[in-house]
Amino acid sequence: MKFTLSWLKEHLDTAASLDQIVEALTRVGLEVESVEDPAKVLAPYITAHVISAEQHPNADRLRVCMVDTGDGKPVQVVCGAPNARAGMKSVFSPPGTFIPGKNITITVGVVRGVESAGMLCSAFELGLSEDHEGIIDLPADAPVGVRYVDYAGVDDPVIDVAITPNRSDALGVYGIARDLAAAGLGSLKRHDLPPVKGHGACPVDVKLNFATDQKHLAPAFALRLVRGVKNGPSPDWMQRRLKAIGLRPINTLVDITNYITFDRGRPLHVFDAKKVKGNLVVRHAKDGDEILALDGKTYKPDPSVVVICDDNGVESIAGIMGGEHSGCDEHTTDVLIESALWDPLNVARSGRALGINTDARYRFERGVDPAFCVPGLDLATKMVLDLCGGEASEARVAGEVPAPEKIITFPWSEVKRLTGLSLLVPEMKAILTELGFWVSGNDKEVKVAVPSWRPDVEDKADLVEEIMRIAGLDQVEAVPFPREVAAVPKPVLTLIQKRTRLAKRALATRGLVEAVTWSFISKAEAELFGGGKPELALANPIASDLSDMRPSLLPGLIKAAQRNADRGFHDVALFEVGQVFAGDKPNDQTIAATSLRRGLAAAKGLGRHWQGAGALDVFEAKADALALLEALGIPTAGLQIVQCGPSWFHPGRSGTLQFGPKMVVGAFGEIHPRILDALDAKGPIIACEITLDALPPPKARPTKMKPKLVLSEFQPVSRDFAFIVEKNIAAADILKAAQAGERNLISDMTVFDVYEGPGVPEGKISVAIAVTLQPTDKTLTDAEIEAVSTRIIAEVQKKTGATLRA
Amino acid sequence: MTDLSALETELVNAIAAASDEAALEAVRVAALGKAGSISGLLKTLGAMTPDERKEKGPLINGLRDRVTEALTTKRDALKSAALDQRLQSERVDVTLPLPQSPAARGRIHPISQVIDELTTIFADMGFSVAEGSDIETDFFNFTALNFPVGHPAREMHDTFFFNPDDKGERKLLRTHTSPVQIHTMMSVKPPLRVIIPGRTYRCDSDQTHTPMFHQVEGLVIDKGSHLGHLKWILAEFCKSFFEVDDVKMRFRPSFFPFTEPSVEVDIQCSRKGGEIRFGEGEDWLEILGCGMVHPNVIRNCGLDPDEYQGFAWGMGIDRIAMLKYGMPDLRPFFEADLRWLSHYGFRPLDLPTLAGGLSV
Repeated sequence: MKFTLSWLKEHLDTAASLDQIVEALTRVGLEVESVEDPAKVLAPYITAHVISAEQHPNADRLRVCMVDTGDGKPVQVVCGAPNARAGMKSVFSPPGTFIPGKNITITVGVVRGVESAGMLCSAFELGLSEDHEGIIDLPADAPVGVRYVDYAGVDDPVIDVAITPNRSDALGVYGIARDLAAAGLGSLKRHDLPPVKGHGACPVDVKLNFATDQKHLAPAFALRLVRGVKNGPSPDWMQRRLKAIGLRPINTLVDITNYITFDRGRPLHVFDAKKVKGNLVVRHAKDGDEILALDGKTYKPDPSVVVICDDNGVESIAGIMGGEHSGCDEHTTDVLIESALWDPLNVARSGRALGINTDARYRFERGVDPAFCVPGLDLATKMVLDLCGGEASEARVAGEVPAPEKIITFPWSEVKRLTGLSLLVPEMKAILTELGFWVSGNDKEVKVAVPSWRPDVEDKADLVEEIMRIAGLDQVEAVPFPREVAAVPKPVLTLIQKRTRLAKRALATRGLVEAVTWSFISKAEAELFGGGKPELALANPIASDLSDMRPSLLPGLIKAAQRNADRGFHDVALFEVGQVFAGDKPNDQTIAATSLRRGLAAAKGLGRHWQGAGALDVFEAKADALALLEALGIPTAGLQIVQCGPSWFHPGRSGTLQFGPKMVVGAFGEIHPRILDALDAKGPIIACEITLDALPPPKARPTKMKPKLVLSEFQPVSRDFAFIVEKNIAAADILKAAQAGERNLISDMTVFDVYEGPGVPEGKISVAIAVTLQPTDKTLTDAEIEAVSTRIIAEVQKKTGATLRA
Repeated sequence: MTDLSALETELVNAIAAASDEAALEAVRVAALGKAGSISGLLKTLGAMTPDERKEKGPLINGLRDRVTEALTTKRDALKSAALDQRLQSERVDVTLPLPQSPAARGRIHPISQVIDELTTIFADMGFSVAEGSDIETDFFNFTALNFPVGHPAREMHDTFFFNPDDKGERKLLRTHTSPVQIHTMMSVKPPLRVIIPGRTYRCDSDQTHTPMFHQVEGLVIDKGSHLGHLKWILAEFCKSFFEVDDVKMRFRPSFFPFTEPSVEVDIQCSRKGGEIRFGEGEDWLEILGCGMVHPNVIRNCGLDPDEYQGFAWGMGIDRIAMLKYGMPDLRPFFEADLRWLSHYGFRPLDLPTLAGGLSV
């Protein structure tokens, strides 16, 4: 919402400076977004007389002008404007002037061999208009050597305030003046508006055609005819104000409606009465209704849109925009002025549906003052009579202006309860009264009537805000907020919150870099990773590749890895810990921790290295997965690693991590080459994915004591076994079988060699394991060790078909 | 006894001449072995008369002791020399560069780091952390938060919607973390203090907006907390978070459907050469929105607004990360460019604590 300082002063009697006003506006909640003070920017420009304008000796299009700037010492200026001529009056900028339109500062220069000491300016260069066809051509009687701002009266500062959606009353300059007056910046001027004397009834009738339960769509419609008007350009003062706030003056009748829209927040419409056929009917749009609106576009309103029709058809879209057909132009002699009330929600919805944003819609959808419906018509009529002449009819008001009486029972103590502010009752009462509230009663609890222009005020808290914002938020003192209990704070994080935090740190310590990628990916990508359900597809995605909620973090990370590779960074180690979506229910959202490595990006080091390149294989992914689980304190004793992960992994080089078939917690491996192809990514890429929500919770224990440390006094013994098995036998099965061979003594097992080649039959593989036996009550005898070995070998042979390697 | 001293001289010379342990061992065997020269002399002691033994014994034993010691000394010297030689041969070029350690390469994203920082500060004030799902219903995202159906304030949120289900209900991506306020108030009996960090979405994308961003919300509901407390919390938070001794804040009346009164907060700063500093300067920078929880919101959660009251605030995590750590643009937060992440990210063990400081 823009307005000028002089405009504000039409309504506010104040001695305050511009700076004070600007400060107060922000303080009361009308946030100042910008202040343009043309007097500051345009101060150096002075009016000047072009004494002579000769052809430039070295340039066809340039002229050398001698310019009188009022001090009797003509200056030489080289000018390229086609309209530069001897005898004209124009605007001169001396050297050192900043030119807003060109973002340059003028200096004394030499143009094609001729000195030029300043510039003759176009309106564009002054930032006053888009016109840069030629230099400003002032009337012959313009004085020479005075400040252009003073001469042209363009020194009115323009203030732009951001009005929050609740403050429809501040969408008019008058409403802003009211707030400032309440804030002590001056006094609000009362404009007594004597009722307009009408001559005869308005010949055009208005019918509001709505069913009883739809009457709220058009509660009231006031109309008046003014005959015999002369509709030329509006007066200078009005044009200047409209231009200052970015509106284009059109003609007096239209300008009056725009002026009152901004002056009072009261949108109006004017019809050329001679183009209106028959009476006006306000109704829902019908199939086939069409209107060429004032923006030159044709609209086909849907049946929920309210339109104003005559016998010709639709003439106006209620509260949003009028029609071209019955619009007013310089030929208009009889004008119908409309001041109506519309339903805010319907105007908002209609405006959205039609895609029309206007100053009228903006105000109607936020709520205009119903009580100003008829006075607004009177004000418009008076201005029409004053500026265009003519004779007004009586007003016709269809429907009824609603006069809701909102009364709030208000204990003054609410202010202190909600804000901590201690204000005196008279002070609070004065604030409300200045804002137009009516306070009755002198007790601790009063009745407050809400003025018609404040549809947003409904509750005690709203009144607290009014008092608080006018009294000043800086009056609210900061009060220390004590702990609920005077004690050392207890831990607050939940298990999943702790695990999420820790997972990030754990993965980062493995040389992985945390990425945060979009929660949405393309449908095709989602489908590749088990997603793409219809309930997870956005109806209005911002781009087609950001359309579906991600089922996995991998697509985002794979594409990120490729983007880095495309930039020349081929060795990529990324991870993300974030939400993934299996459905649209709250429980379908889980936290996944996913790592990805590409190129030479092993944990031990990036890239090629004299110690060996950081080449990747599936075991690097497995190491990431296990490191993560270990860091999270997940006991891995019960963890099963099953050959082959989900479909997006290489079927032979991936595994599933589970605590039993029904408790799958993740997977790791090489990404399937077909998936990489589909994502336009080059591999190989290895990855691990763990669903943090699926991990078992830690066992609840009554104390923080660690289990008792039991140390054996007897030395452990280690035995090695090399088994020859079919290649498809899993090492895990060999270890499991070995474990089954001896339940008590084995304290550790490890695979220390895997070999195939000469010495091992074709199709078979040698797997060598070391088994550590830890006796607890006595040293093992050779015979006992031998017995254990025999059992282990027998069990492995039985379970896996292994033979002991000779 | 000249042969004794001759023998000693001979042995001492032989010991001195031994160039390695094997040669020395040969000398030892020749002198002290079973058939060694000194062993031979020692054997003669048995056949001597006591007087003779008394005279010769010390001489022979003395010789043996001196030779033994010479041998030991020489052996130690040889061992030491051999070790020196071996060590010399074991020399490696320690200037060869090593790969950067994994913990030096790994990075924590600034968003995660800032969430940890926030959590640390507010946990100390007794706030717990509440979270909710990104996919929400219209009720929790808007209606319960006092956004009337069709109100322009809803339009300002540029909401991402899902397609309507069988019942015609369409879910949406939460446009703010505030729906978690409602879930919290409906499930936890006051008094309550929570912060709600999380991911939020609006279909808006330009230089300063991304369709996905992060917010943190705070909520206090009890029977006496007011704006004065909120002012204190926010000032303390800003000092602690930005790690400055003092911040100047400006509170402006504003509007949010779910708070009344509503307030926007600016923080004073200086901007020089693209760098923002708090606690000095003349500029104001908007940092957060807040207010007293709207009575309708309290009512919507089944509580009596005349009995319960409280406040809420919300701010952009990405934004305060940018303000504190100086990233000029928002978009790279989500582009996973390793150069950006390595530069603006945090080392894995940079754990923010109040005891040790939030940042290094």
